[in-house]
Amino acid sequence: MPARRLFLERRSYRMRRAMDAVRLLPFVGLALWMVPLLWAVPGDGQGAPIPMSSALRYLFGVWVVLILGALGLWWRTGRGAAEDGADDPPRPR
Amino acid sequence: MVALNELVIVCLAYVAGLFLVAFLAERAALRGKGGALLRSPLVYTLSLSIYCTAWTFYGAVGYAARSGLEYVTIYLGPSLVMIGWWWGLRRLVRIGRSQRVTSIADLISSRYGKSNSLAIIVTLMAVIGVTPYIALQLQSVVLSLSIFAANGEGGSYNPVSAALWVAAGLALFTVLFGTRNLNVNERHHGVVIAVAVEAIVKLVASLAVGIFVVWSLGGGVEQTLARVDASAIGEWQVQGGRWATLTLLSAAAFVCLPRMFQVMVVENDEERHLQIASWAFPLYLMLMSLFVVPIAVVGLDLMPPGSNPDLFVLSLPLSQGQNGLAMLSFLGGFSSATSMVIVATLALSTMVSNHIVMPIWLSTRHGSAVQSGDVRQVVLLARRLSILLIIALGVLYYRISGGSAALAAIGTISFGGVAQFLPALLGGIFWRGATRSGALCGLGIGFAIWVFTMLLPSFGVGAALSAEIFNQGLWGQSWLRPQALFGISGLDPTVHAVVWSLSLNALAFVAVSIVSFPDPIERLQGAQFVNVLEHSGPARNWTASVAGSEDLMIMAQRILGAPEAQAFFRAEAEAQGITGGLPEPTPAFVQALERELAGSVGAATAHAMVSQIVGGTSVSVQDLLAVADESAQMLEYSNQLEQKSRELTETAAKLRSANEKLTQLSLQKDGFLSQISHELRTPMTSIRSFSEILRDAGKLSEADKTRYASIIHSETLRLTRLLDELLDLSVLENGQVTLRMGQDRLSDIMDRAVTTALAGAGPALAVRRETEAPDIVLHTDIDRLVQVFINLVSNARKYCDAAEPALTIRTSRHAGGLWIDFVDNGSGIDADVQSVIFEKFFRISGEEAEGVGLGLAICQEIMSRLGGQVIYLPIESGTAFRVSLPQSVLVQETGNPGKTAVS
Repeated sequence: MPARRLFLERRSYRMRRAMDAVRLLPFVGLALWMVPLLWAVPGDGQGAPIPMSSALRYLFGVWVVLILGALGLWWRTGRGAAEDGADDPPRPR
Repeated sequence: MVALNELVIVCLAYVAGLFLVAFLAERAALRGKGGALLRSPLVYTLSLSIYCTAWTFYGAVGYAARSGLEYVTIYLGPSLVMIGWWWGLRRLVRIGRSQRVTSIADLISSRYGKSNSLAIIVTLMAVIGVTPYIALQLQSVVLSLSIFAANGEGGSYNPVSAALWVAAGLALFTVLFGTRNLNVNERHHGVVIAVAVEAIVKLVASLAVGIFVVWSLGGGVEQTLARVDASAIGEWQVQGGRWATLTLLSAAAFVCLPRMFQVMVVENDEERHLQIASWAFPLYLMLMSLFVVPIAVVGLDLMPPGSNPDLFVLSLPLSQGQNGLAMLSFLGGFSSATSMVIVATLALSTMVSNHIVMPIWLSTRHGSAVQSGDVRQVVLLARRLSILLIIALGVLYYRISGGSAALAAIGTISFGGVAQFLPALLGGIFWRGATRSGALCGLGIGFAIWVFTMLLPSFGVGAALSAEIFNQGLWGQSWLRPQALFGISGLDPTVHAVVWSLSLNALAFVAVSIVSFPDPIERLQGAQFVNVLEHSGPARNWTASVAGSEDLMIMAQRILGAPEAQAFFRAEAEAQGITGGLPEPTPAFVQALERELAGSVGAATAHAMVSQIVGGTSVSVQDLLAVADESAQMLEYSNQLEQKSRELTETAAKLRSANEKLTQLSLQKDGFLSQISHELRTPMTSIRSFSEILRDAGKLSEADKTRYASIIHSETLRLTRLLDELLDLSVLENGQVTLRMGQDRLSDIMDRAVTTALAGAGPALAVRRETEAPDIVLHTDIDRLVQVFINLVSNARKYCDAAEPALTIRTSRHAGGLWIDFVDNGSGIDADVQSVIFEKFFRISGEEAEGVGLGLAICQEIMSRLGGQVIYLPIESGTAFRVSLPQSVLVQETGNPGKTAVS
């Protein structure tokens, strides 16, 4: 049944890439949240300071994106992993 | 206005509700009901929310009012840690489960060789680091009460006694629900459920106040944002250094705080909950911090100058006459404070009782882990006393510090203290080279720097450290100034303290780990921790040859409780195949028991108790092999590779030789075919030509006719002989020959052979027979043996080139059988053809004899059929063949042999 195999391989390939994304996500978050390091601070004379509302929108926007990303990845990997987990040998507790 | 008494009543009702919820949860867990709820990822995520304490609930607004968006770093760090669950938390949870870890001190001590000294140091550091935090919670509750007291008529409000009452209530709750069962791995369901309820209360309260402020006071999102921009904190004003440092600090503290470790690792039920929490918990944090800035801005606008921004969450609704909302807000803050204190106290008391009280108790009664007295009760008592002690310490700190400092500052200091565990923790789970000495040095240096640069200065100039030390440095050393270590001044004090303490901590940890050498148990544990994801198998390190199962049973009963211990022992005995008795104290069993005990009293204590009975630990060869797991595996792998390559080489050699043989055989076959064609062709040619002469030539004399006819006849005979011999050989080679066994005397056989061979025309040959035992009787195929002898004799007759050819037949007995040598006086056979004389169609070149070259080949075949052999003997002069016959053909009886052929 070559068609079936192809399907499985494709799925496990997707699964692995999703796990890559799980690994990568915190670094994306870190990079985005460290962007404010580049913002001008009053007194250092590097252009106009960022208004608070923009800063709020940016930081909370990144937060929402990360949450949605983690949610989506859980949807893709966590549930699949739970299904596959039935085949795993029981771990010593 | 809400009266204070009214508030107290509501508060008490809320607490009673919490008690009820906790009680119901405990009862449901005991009956095995409600497991789905108790073990749901929702409850796990909500219990993580004890990260959001009163510091979050009240302090964040104050923080924002003072320093703008900096407050948010306290939530960014944990969000990143949670989103990055795959890297660190997954490992921690797996280790916590496989090693039955009870606290962060237990984890660190267990990783570094179950070292009790390390556990004690971590515990002390945790107590010192967290006590200000507990004081902070008490302070926030007292402060929030004071708001109501100031508004109402309650002039009798005494903050100190209020703090005492709150502390007493919290202690009672923690003792009741936190020390109900001993095994930490049996989760504290009551506490967890109560914490989850409180998490919902504080989230709802925070959102309610935020919605009220944004939509009721602020007039909608856009207007509120415009108001934010117009306010004193309307611009981005966070220093980059503080932004990064505080994010790092909060991330570190999130992992290292004892209470977070408790709910995240110890109370974790399933690993997959982690991934659900990886989005759910950041969501919770985001919602908790969403309305902080608007509340701060609106509070700064509406509240009279000089009011405490830490309490805007409470005072803002109160000032607007929203009593119900204020009440909810108060309950939210109260929930934040109480849940944090309960879990933190629980975690700390576990550490204190397991790592400080129990070892001391054990050493005072040393060698007596099996004596009378219920250890279980001792442990519980130790834990309860620890709870009271820790809460008392919090109250004491509150009294001493006077409750004046801003909430956020205390929180940061506490974070800085516990963050010192990070290098030892991360090093322990990712780096096998981390050693106990390294961990001790790192922790010690980091903690000392933290105390000197963060904790002591926080009391203010002139309180713990004199102004002289601030300006001149410790002991007048200018490089030891608490806010400008090594002469580097101008840094923000928090950044300064965190960067120096964490970096020197990590440096000392790594450097000392590199130069020191771990002991075997440490290495074993290191391998287990670092490779926990590859194999979660238990560590083995007992040689329990002297351990008495009864002693272990008595001890286990007193720690686990009699029914649990008996059930455990019964299960182990059944696993060992023993029915109705105690299990054998195998290393695996003792290991499992120690793990079970560790769930109650911590790894180091359990190890100490079992070692009192078992009589010491040792590391077996298998353990050392496990330590050297990687190298052993690699060695084995390379051995396998080597063996395989050797096998391949052997196979290749075999194939090569087989190929050579086949090539040779093919050549032989070709040679054989050409030989046989040649052999057949020669007589055929003469037969054809002589028969043509007879046919065509009309006038032939009678003599000629006769001559030609006899030539034809003799050639035909030769052909027939050739074909006969070929047939004979083929039959012999194919093994189709049937031996006709018979008995005869050797001398008679020899007579027949010599007579036959010497018959007919040909050169004369003198045959001389030398025999040791003339009366030997043989039992074999007589005719075939005669054939061999004839062949050898006639060969000698044909090929012997001496002037007077003579053949000596020498018979001799030998251990292996009988040797019959045929030696003539000719010139022998050249050495280079000796190896091929037994090949088919081989004839001595230059000889014009009638043979076809099959004789010796046939002889060899016959002899191998008869169990003997014929070989060429290289001697000085002459040609010599030796026929050897096995012992089995000799018949011992010598009398009256007779020719009784049996066929």
